[in-house]
Amino acid sequence: MKKIINFFLTLSGILLLGSGVFAADLKVGFVYVGPPGDFGWTYQHDQGRKAVEKAFGDRVETTFAENVPEGADAERVMTQMALSGHDMIFATSFGYMDPVMNVAAKFPNVKFEHATGYKRADNVSTYSARFYEGRSVIGHIAGKMTKSNVVGYIASFPIPEVVRGINAAYLAAKAANPNVKFKIVWVFTWFDPAKEADAANALIDQGADVLMAHTDSPSPLTVAEERGVFAFGQASDMLQFGPNARLGSIIDDWDPYYIARVQAALDGTWESTDTWDGLAPGMAALGGFHEKIPMDVRAEAMNLAVAIAGGRTHSFTGPINRQDGSAWLAEGETADDGTLLGMNFYVEGIEGDIPQ
Amino acid sequence: MDFSSIDPVILIASLIVASTPILLAATGELIVEKSGVLNLGVEGMMIIGAISGFIVCVELNSPLLGLIGAALGGGFLSIVFGIVTQVLRANQVASGLALTMFGLGLASLLGHSYTGIKPPYLSTPDIPFFSEIPILGKILFQHDFVVYFSIISVCLVWYFFRATRFGLIIKAIGENQDSAHALGYNVIKTRILTIFIGGCFAGLAGGYLSLVRVPQWTEGMTAGAGWIALALVVFSSWKPLRLFVGAYIFGGFTILQLNLQAIGIELSVALLSMTPYIVTIIALVIISSSKKQGGSSTPGSLGKVFMEAQ
Amino acid sequence: MIKLVPRTKKSPIISAIIPILAVGLTMIFGGILFWILGKDPFETIRMIFWDPLMNETFADYARPQILVKAAPLILIAIGLSFGFRANIWNIGAEGQFIMGAIFSGALGLAFYPQESVLLFPLMIFFGVIGGVFWASIPALLRTYFNTNEILVSLMLVYVAEQVLAAASIGFLRNPEGAGFPGSRNLSQYPSAANLEIISGSGIHWGVATAFVSVIFFYILLYKHKFGFQVSLSGMSPKAARLSGVNPRLLVILCLALSGGLAGLAGMFELTGPAGQITIDFNVGYGFTAIIVAFLGRLNPIGILFSGMLMALTYVGGELTQFMLNLPAAAIQVFQGMLLFFLLSMDLLVNYKIKLARF
Repeated sequence: MKKIINFFLTLSGILLLGSGVFAADLKVGFVYVGPPGDFGWTYQHDQGRKAVEKAFGDRVETTFAENVPEGADAERVMTQMALSGHDMIFATSFGYMDPVMNVAAKFPNVKFEHATGYKRADNVSTYSARFYEGRSVIGHIAGKMTKSNVVGYIASFPIPEVVRGINAAYLAAKAANPNVKFKIVWVFTWFDPAKEADAANALIDQGADVLMAHTDSPSPLTVAEERGVFAFGQASDMLQFGPNARLGSIIDDWDPYYIARVQAALDGTWESTDTWDGLAPGMAALGGFHEKIPMDVRAEAMNLAVAIAGGRTHSFTGPINRQDGSAWLAEGETADDGTLLGMNFYVEGIEGDIPQ
Repeated sequence: MDFSSIDPVILIASLIVASTPILLAATGELIVEKSGVLNLGVEGMMIIGAISGFIVCVELNSPLLGLIGAALGGGFLSIVFGIVTQVLRANQVASGLALTMFGLGLASLLGHSYTGIKPPYLSTPDIPFFSEIPILGKILFQHDFVVYFSIISVCLVWYFFRATRFGLIIKAIGENQDSAHALGYNVIKTRILTIFIGGCFAGLAGGYLSLVRVPQWTEGMTAGAGWIALALVVFSSWKPLRLFVGAYIFGGFTILQLNLQAIGIELSVALLSMTPYIVTIIALVIISSSKKQGGSSTPGSLGKVFMEAQ
Repeated sequence: MIKLVPRTKKSPIISAIIPILAVGLTMIFGGILFWILGKDPFETIRMIFWDPLMNETFADYARPQILVKAAPLILIAIGLSFGFRANIWNIGAEGQFIMGAIFSGALGLAFYPQESVLLFPLMIFFGVIGGVFWASIPALLRTYFNTNEILVSLMLVYVAEQVLAAASIGFLRNPEGAGFPGSRNLSQYPSAANLEIISGSGIHWGVATAFVSVIFFYILLYKHKFGFQVSLSGMSPKAARLSGVNPRLLVILCLALSGGLAGLAGMFELTGPAGQITIDFNVGYGFTAIIVAFLGRLNPIGILFSGMLMALTYVGGELTQFMLNLPAAAIQVFQGMLLFFLLSMDLLVNYKIKLARF
């Protein structure tokens, strides 16, 4: 019996040693709210992680934990990551905000990057993308491509990010086609392929011939393909899910940001920042346009994208009224980031209420 | 707001499609429960069906073989449950939940390299003449064949339990396992068979999701449909034809609330999203309270462990 | 041919050895799984079961965290076990957990930012009320309309999830949260916070309550008339009725008990580890607790152990993800295996295996 115990003790000793041999300059952990195979939000963050691995090779070691629920579990996972020698942690969901702050306070030497949050500390940076800029561009395309003048919009939860996207898309679509109407369905889930498909079908039944989605799965696109209407890729390009239906896509492209931040950490120049990048640096990127879009519309969309990226135009440029008719932005005025970040109203012309 | 833009014919046609996965899975579970076994692992068997069907379909480039693969995938997983609960006599409630956990994990492991692929398309059979009938043609005769299979199988199951010898044996085993055993029926073998059939139905339901409804594979794509199927069986009071009522009420309200939103009805979305569940509860209360003197139709041995008398 | 013969006397040694044997078998089959996935099986198993408890890097933090993760499972499972013993099937503890959190959270937020020592006890009370309220719906529907409680309690989970979503984007949303979903963080509101009992450990009042509950409900189950009535009703409803048990009252009591404990767990989770009401506040404790209850053989002390074992595999499983790049799904499969082995090996507690001759 003693021999057996000794054997196992030696064995575990060897294993302990074995796990500590390899050491990169920087160990970076990623915390995902979903599985990397969701082909949406988490998939794109994982692409960013892979880009980091590719860019730095042996100098950087990356790890990840997937399907980590927001709240207590996230705090535990991040603490264990910090304990196990991670130098940098990317927390890729809004709901990780308070856990990140708690863990960051306990580990001042670990650098935290929190996606889509607004709380920062000396060792906590935040970053997000101006996806609404991309939505303006595809909104323009939607306005031009709809024959029924009804654009269907599948929305997840009524949070500023989603409301902002609806408004940006609507304003661009309206500018392109004054007769356009938006029909919005709230599915109250980020990820439920069957329900998203049901919503897409309901919108098509109600006359929509172009669909936009702000949920995570590609199923609205697959429904559009089947029913012969148009739709857009969301989060990732999704071309393979609807080769005939997909007019374009908005892509979350975290690669450049992740590489830059890891580089800064390696160089010792990392400091706490707040990044909200749009089309210009390519954090919100556009996928290729479908050939079914007429040349002139494609050119207009490109020009719009270039103008937004170059700062010559803004997705929210006045005059814009709120839904109730009250004035929001005067002629030529552009929206400030504060209002955009907390946007909780529709612009004039959108029908229905934001669920409360 | 314009209610007239909701076309009842389209609504009914799409609720039939939307209800197909839960109807299929519930049919399978009903057979299992009739034999006195409660398998709460429907969600796990569905998702295994979804991925195994997807793999077969993509690798062999055949949606039909994919659906068969889905059924077998669900069936094989259910065998695990069958052995654990029937041979090793483990508790059915806990084993079913463990099966769900196991199935969800196994499915994502298997599906790792299958995300982002579009499977070959299952064609909808063209039914001449019938599909031309006004209204009824659109509601009933313009679907893919899994929809027909689900409807026909509910009717067959009804006939099976009503009029066939084997159906009556299964019912007898479910009602009173000890006296069925005393009459010489092999309780355990029969139950393993029903568990397998139930697993096949659940697997097919999952395959329908990944191959037809939302043709794609994504982790966790069943998103709770298996639990709804379980609820449907209870809702139906173990009467096969009532599965239609339950599935179409549930599916109908799911579709209806989305349509109501699309036409811009001024109602709380949270409230609308609850309606399928609340309506199911209300319907159940009406059914159960109208029954005379609490005559529950629950199989008598449901969920009980069978031990041969010594 | 193998035959099963009931044990005339239950042996406490066998009762204790069987689960260990089951864990050992899981390690073997799990090890094969990890090996297939290209990981070192010994290292993976060690990381799941050993490192959270003994590894010097993690153990100081992970040991109390196991208790924190186990506490809601234990609380809910104990409540459920009473109903399960009496064949009263509440599988909607997840919903009651949510409602306990919403009720107590709403109360706490209504008083924000006033400080009072009475608030926390009052919130505990409201958490219990929230869970009892949600569980009383299936209870009353069953007693008055003979409606199946399995279905109603399950359906109410989905309804509760919608209420939760509505709360976090609507009536409980943090007015200073820049329009983002989610309530104020209650763990940062001193009067409402479920504080650490031992500083730095994460151990909060819910953990203490879970341990006290184990003892309390053990006594209730084995030394009190109520526990006897519950067990008797499960084994023989007729005998129970003859001995004066009111079946209707029993249904209400059992569902209220399980709902109340689930609500209580929700309250502690909200005010402590989770901190705020969010759309994804619930992470499946209510469902996992059903397994925990059965693994613990519906006995409070058994539940204590099975809850901690489940928590250990969660905490250790997380380690394997970022230390060994093992997919989360592999841990799920491993947990599934563990449950199957534990559940099926229990056969040997009650039966002897005999090789019968033909």
